Amino acid sequence: MADAAFLALSVITIGSAIAALELRSLIYGSIALMGTLGGIAGFFLLLDSPFVAMFQLAVYVGSIAVLILFTVMLVKRELIFKKVEDKRRKFVGIALMLVMMVSLGAVILDSGIKQITTDEPPVDFREIGKDFVTYYWPALILMGLILSGAVTAALVLARRVDEENDQRVN
Amino acid sequence: MRRMTNELTEFVLVSVALLGIGIYGLAVKRNFIRMLFAIEIIINAANLNMVAFGRFLPHSGGQTLALFSIAIAAAEVAVGLSLIIVAYRMYHNIDIADFRSLKG
Repeated sequence: MADAAFLALSVITIGSAIAALELRSLIYGSIALMGTLGGIAGFFLLLDSPFVAMFQLAVYVGSIAVLILFTVMLVKRELIFKKVEDKRRKFVGIALMLVMMVSLGAVILDSGIKQITTDEPPVDFREIGKDFVTYYWPALILMGLILSGAVTAALVLARRVDEENDQRVN
Repeated sequence: MRRMTNELTEFVLVSVALLGIGIYGLAVKRNFIRMLFAIEIIINAANLNMVAFGRFLPHSGGQTLALFSIAIAAAEVAVGLSLIIVAYRMYHNIDIADFRSLKG
């Protein structure tokens, strides 16, 4: 059976995920998204993975959520509060969500996942570090290249081409 | 070390709920930033699954893949947000229905 910490984390995570999508203001929405990401970090702690939990807090709550918050602040004030929604589309979306949750939930409850229990100690984080530099080293290098490429691409995309200044120089 | 009091099924069900909410957001919302929120929620649901299975099998691969996934998601958000800024500069709006010239 689920313990109290698990139930509280589920309520926080799922509730703030709904709030992130449904709150009128995008600023409050991004703060609610921080709640979801923090809740997931809590789940990682419950799963005896403190290293991944801290990574989640540092990368997601610490940087991605703040980045989103700053982008929201760059957008015009009216657009932050504007909510354009088609009623029929919303009902179809809710129906799609329910069908998906019920069907996937039924498959999971009916599968043999229930029998998987463990009494073994959790994986040591030193083992993860060892994995990274031995078995996964090509993937690690590739990930570094992708990250630097993505950051460079983001900088190039968001660069402002100031035409007036260019003309003045020319 | 303490014994796991929660079952694997419970974690997977939370992940399914998050996936459903994310797909609802992608299907219904027309705001670019809200769609990015929905994608983030789906990625987090996948990460939760990987770590949960890694704990219960137990295998270090779950946590390692989750770490890779978090790092790649960070890159994806950086590119997504810069696309939002470029689109906002061009159309002065963040409603995806207005980005008509991006259509093929």
